[in-house]
Amino acid sequence: MDTLRVLIVDDEDDFRETIVKRLNARKIQSEGAASGVKALEVLKDKDFDVIVLDVKMPDMDGIETLRHIKKLKPETEVIMLTGHASVEFGLKGMQLGAFDYVMKPAPLNELLDTIGQAYNKKRGLIH
Amino acid sequence: MERNYRKLWWQHCLAIIGFSVIPLLIVNYSLYKLFDRIYTEKVMDSLRSEVENRRDSIDLFFRERIAQLYTIANTNTFQQMTDEGYLNRIFEIMHAKSDSYMDIGVIDNEGRHLAYVGPYYEMLKQVNYKNEFWFNAVKANGLYISDIFMGFRKVPHFIIAVMVREKNTSWILRVTINLKNIDDIVQKAWAGTLSDAFIVNKKNVLQTRPRFGGNFLEVPAFPEYMSDSLKSHPYPDYSATVATKLERVTYSGMDAFFAAVPIDSTKWILVIKENPDEILTPLAKGQHWMLLLTAAGLAIIATGAALFTNTLINRIKETDRENDTNSDMLLQANKMIALSKMAAGIAHEVNNPLASIAEKAGWLKDLLAEEDIAGSANFAEFNESVDKIEQHVARARKIIHNLLGFARRMEPAKEKINVNNLLDETAGFLENEARYVNIRIDKQYEDNVPVITSDLSQIQQVVLNLLNNAIDAIGHDGTVTVSSHYHEKTSEVEINVADTGKGIAENDLNKIFDPFFTTKEVGKGTGLGLSISYSIIEKLGGKMKVQSKVGKGTVFTILLPKH
Ligand SMILES: Nc1ncnc2c1ncn2[C@@H]1O[C@H](COP(=O)(O)OP(=O)(O)O)[C@@H](O)[C@H]1O
Repeated sequence: MDTLRVLIVDDEDDFRETIVKRLNARKIQSEGAASGVKALEVLKDKDFDVIVLDVKMPDMDGIETLRHIKKLKPETEVIMLTGHASVEFGLKGMQLGAFDYVMKPAPLNELLDTIGQAYNKKRGLIH
Repeated sequence: MERNYRKLWWQHCLAIIGFSVIPLLIVNYSLYKLFDRIYTEKVMDSLRSEVENRRDSIDLFFRERIAQLYTIANTNTFQQMTDEGYLNRIFEIMHAKSDSYMDIGVIDNEGRHLAYVGPYYEMLKQVNYKNEFWFNAVKANGLYISDIFMGFRKVPHFIIAVMVREKNTSWILRVTINLKNIDDIVQKAWAGTLSDAFIVNKKNVLQTRPRFGGNFLEVPAFPEYMSDSLKSHPYPDYSATVATKLERVTYSGMDAFFAAVPIDSTKWILVIKENPDEILTPLAKGQHWMLLLTAAGLAIIATGAALFTNTLINRIKETDRENDTNSDMLLQANKMIALSKMAAGIAHEVNNPLASIAEKAGWLKDLLAEEDIAGSANFAEFNESVDKIEQHVARARKIIHNLLGFARRMEPAKEKINVNNLLDETAGFLENEARYVNIRIDKQYEDNVPVITSDLSQIQQVVLNLLNNAIDAIGHDGTVTVSSHYHEKTSEVEINVADTGKGIAENDLNKIFDPFFTTKEVGKGTGLGLSISYSIIEKLGGKMKVQSKVGKGTVFTILLPKH
């Protein structure tokens, strides 16, 4: 079985770095990107199974980044991380092809669950 | 802002009265003036014809006398006339026709009184008139009419003398005429009870006795009776009048119409005086009526203005009250919008650090799970602290989610809701907790409450909040009554949550829906429950009301539209 590869896109350094560390500790191969633009750069060279994308970021927001990701790597699953409990953004993301949305701050277990489901979905599609 | 209704009332009322009264007064006043002018003119006209008629009568009297004298003088010779027997016969004929003649005399060219018939024979027979003024006047003019004088007789009288030429000499026929006839004519002009008429000569000396103003041979004057003395004001002097003159004279307490006219055949002036009060009585009556009608008109206008203004002010008051209620509601709505924006902002700003804290704590926990650290002395302490951090983060997260829930501007869902079921279910959540503090939840649902279309979870949130507040207000031992009711007319469902709790102070009643208003101790109440409930119900198109009595309890009422 391939290892699950996750990209965390969030402008909050402490949050992003800690999540990456915790996922790695759980044998999930993960990386962080500090902005939408950086995420797109990383995506040019590497493939990921699941991308966790913060909705609200400076420069390029989550929805905008999602559009680019879906153009660049349509098969990658995206989970929206909504800081607003604004269901609008989550729903909008899902309309644009995101797998689901998780409200921030969410317990890691919840996020892991959603990541797992997204990964299953992707594998189901590929295999 | 409270309007000054009293001031408004007066302003409006006075404006109406002003605008209706001023034209009324102008019209009435000019009508009155017109009436006054026309009437006064008419009075003057009648006064003029009165005085001229009297004048004509007097004139006629004189002309007749003079004509008679000429006839007698010219149809009889000097010879015949100096015979006193003959003269006596002639005098008797004259006297038979008119009793105004008092005596008759014949005087020759030299002033000798040659013949006399009359009561003063002894006295007058010897008199020589050569040096008398009238003797010369009659010689110069052929005719002389004297002014009034008393003479020896002590009776007012005057004389008429005519000169007769006969061959180369001339003689004079003189008669004395009693004033009575002229007095009679003049007195006929005393029409009203206050009117007066008299004759003055060229020197403004009375020739007849006026009714009020003096006596023969005096200057006509108006008597004024004072408390201790009698003062008399001279009448205007008409002695120089040459044509009919009419005027109204007002001075020192006198107000009178005067009409003066010269008598052609004499040098006298006839004066008639009328009292305006008397001849203008109809005018005064008209004035009286006009005043009365004006007063009535004013009263009607004032009453009408007051009634109309009352209605108007009441309507304004009503509108103001409605506006106040509306602006209260608007204020509340604005508060809610501002608050929800602020809540969203705070939630978002707090959310990110909170997420980082949660992750760091999670990472610490991950690390603590590794075996080498588990052996350390303070492992248990670390573990507990991290747990606590996570626990409090979870608490903060809940608060923020609540805040965001409040800020959420989601379209409310539209689902079919059985209100009674919803109430039952929601009350069910709290029944155990309530039983624990001995509070009974009494359910009184009406069967005809229909299924409504609304947002189930939001209504549930509101009812839950009301129930929680009710239980808090009671503390322990009491009853919370949940009831439903359907208003068929307005198609509204009413939900009541009543408690037997401590009630709400009157001062607080209008604040409880304000965000952050709470009377609960710090940490227990957020003061958001009711303001959120209020905005939810409003968004659902409903209404929320409260009634409370301190010490008795509180009833919260929700009205929801059926659709
Ligand atoms: N049923 C009630 N009886 C008495 N007071 C009440 C009741 N419901 C609400 N209140 C008053 O209104 C205040 C505001 O209520 P709420 O907005 O729900 O906030 P909280 O319950 O957090 O204080 C309460 O603190 C309380 O003083």
